[in-house]
Amino acid sequence: MTSATAPIAALRPNRWGRFWALALLAYVVYASAQMDVSWERVGAGLHNAAHFLSRLFPPNFTRWELLSKGLLESLEIAVLASALGIVLSLPIGLVAARNLMPAWASWPARLVIVAARSFHPVIVAILFVKAVGFGALAGILALTVASIGFVGKLFAEAIEEISLKQVEAVRATGAPFLSVVAIGVLPQVFARFIGFCTYQLDSNLRNSTMVGIVGAGGIGGTLFAAFQRFDYDYVCAILISIIALIMIGELLAMYVRAIFIDGVSFADMFRRRLASLAARRERHLEDD
Amino acid sequence: MTSPDTVLSIRHLSKSYSAGHPVLSDVSLQFMVRTITAVIGPSGTGKSTLIRCINRLVEPTSGSIVFEGRELVRLPRPALREARRRIGMVFQEYNLVERLTVMENVLCGRLGYVSAWKAWRRKFAPEDIALAFDLLGVVGLARLADARADSLSGGQRQRVGIARAVMQQPSLLLADEPTSSLDPKTSVEIMQLLTDIARERGISVIVNMHDVELAKRFADRIVGMAGGGIVFDATPSRLTDEVLKQIYGGEDWLL
Repeated sequence: MTSATAPIAALRPNRWGRFWALALLAYVVYASAQMDVSWERVGAGLHNAAHFLSRLFPPNFTRWELLSKGLLESLEIAVLASALGIVLSLPIGLVAARNLMPAWASWPARLVIVAARSFHPVIVAILFVKAVGFGALAGILALTVASIGFVGKLFAEAIEEISLKQVEAVRATGAPFLSVVAIGVLPQVFARFIGFCTYQLDSNLRNSTMVGIVGAGGIGGTLFAAFQRFDYDYVCAILISIIALIMIGELLAMYVRAIFIDGVSFADMFRRRLASLAARRERHLEDD
Repeated sequence: MTSPDTVLSIRHLSKSYSAGHPVLSDVSLQFMVRTITAVIGPSGTGKSTLIRCINRLVEPTSGSIVFEGRELVRLPRPALREARRRIGMVFQEYNLVERLTVMENVLCGRLGYVSAWKAWRRKFAPEDIALAFDLLGVVGLARLADARADSLSGGQRQRVGIARAVMQQPSLLLADEPTSSLDPKTSVEIMQLLTDIARERGISVIVNMHDVELAKRFADRIVGMAGGGIVFDATPSRLTDEVLKQIYGGEDWLL
């Protein structure tokens, strides 16, 4: 075979890749067949969905006191769980970082983080309800565990990606270990850490609306009860309020990131907002 | 056995990263106070390892390192930190904490003297802050005290590195290829700054470098290493082309 006819190694078809892609496709077709999915069910489902949606609207806010009490409790659960979880993830995540710690310290910490992450917050909430009884405490503890699992893991991974040269230089000055961490490690991961914290706050806000279903406090219990009583217009009111709550949390997260990461102060943000409003008014006046 | 003029005494120092492949073999050197020593040699010959063994950023495999009358090898952590306070270090890639300001980086030099809590809250003594400003003036960066370290050029960063090291008020300064990442003009400026500060404050300096001309120009003593051992140890004037051939091998690079 001359070099012109022999296939170039880099362009040879990936036979194994093709095989696995076809196998995957075959599995998808097979699995769908097993799932009892038929066009009649989809059709009936759409019809039922339309009927259900009509019963949702208009939303019924008459029982707003119970609604706001539940929302407030969810908010408290989320904030407390985030605070406690973040405070605990700092040392746990630090010890779990393999580039800073010896193996006998980092592996147990990583085990703790994996265990905290393994179960869905609702399952953990069921366990805590059994342990400490119904109410918000179970919800807070469950979401704290979830926070440690998430923030701890990401924090440890962020630390493992830092430049050790900066750490080496701080060590060479004779600084004690905690100073090395505070000055050599933390500044490198601080911005990402704030990102993790705001993401976890949002996640806890969403999960806090759910843990109520198993009795761990918050709006979830009210929502589930309303659903079971077929109070669909009240259900709709609760859903809309939850969306509003999450949006407020989103705004808060934005401000937190601006303050900590970009170093913007509240006064700056206020001034910028005023300035942009004034600029817009001037443009309107010019157009007239 | 060592005279009071000896700031550092290395005896039979050996280091192997993997068994049977020593990077340093039985190195013995004495360093006097207020001397500037340049260590030259080809890449991979253990110059960097030698420098880092002195303050135990790299753990020696065997041998003895006596600094200011104290044996450093196998010294427990708290005592080692105290010894490190007295040894400043300047790095090839500056190793500044990028996200902190120039002032905070210089104040790192005092981290061996303040508690972690004070360091976290940046509560340094007024004398320390005054000294920091003073040193920033000496290295020519007084206006940049509040600039973030990652906004500086290479030469500026190395000046901050020097200020940080001198901030420790050390008796020994180690420099691991401080000019290898800098252009020729800046390299000369940095070496001039380093040697001027060291002579003014009576600090002994051990510098690692590639550039033989720079070494001859600024050092009082040159140590040539090859194959993990010492092959030359004398004043720059005795560094002939023959010796350089022996250290580095090959002739084409010699002018």
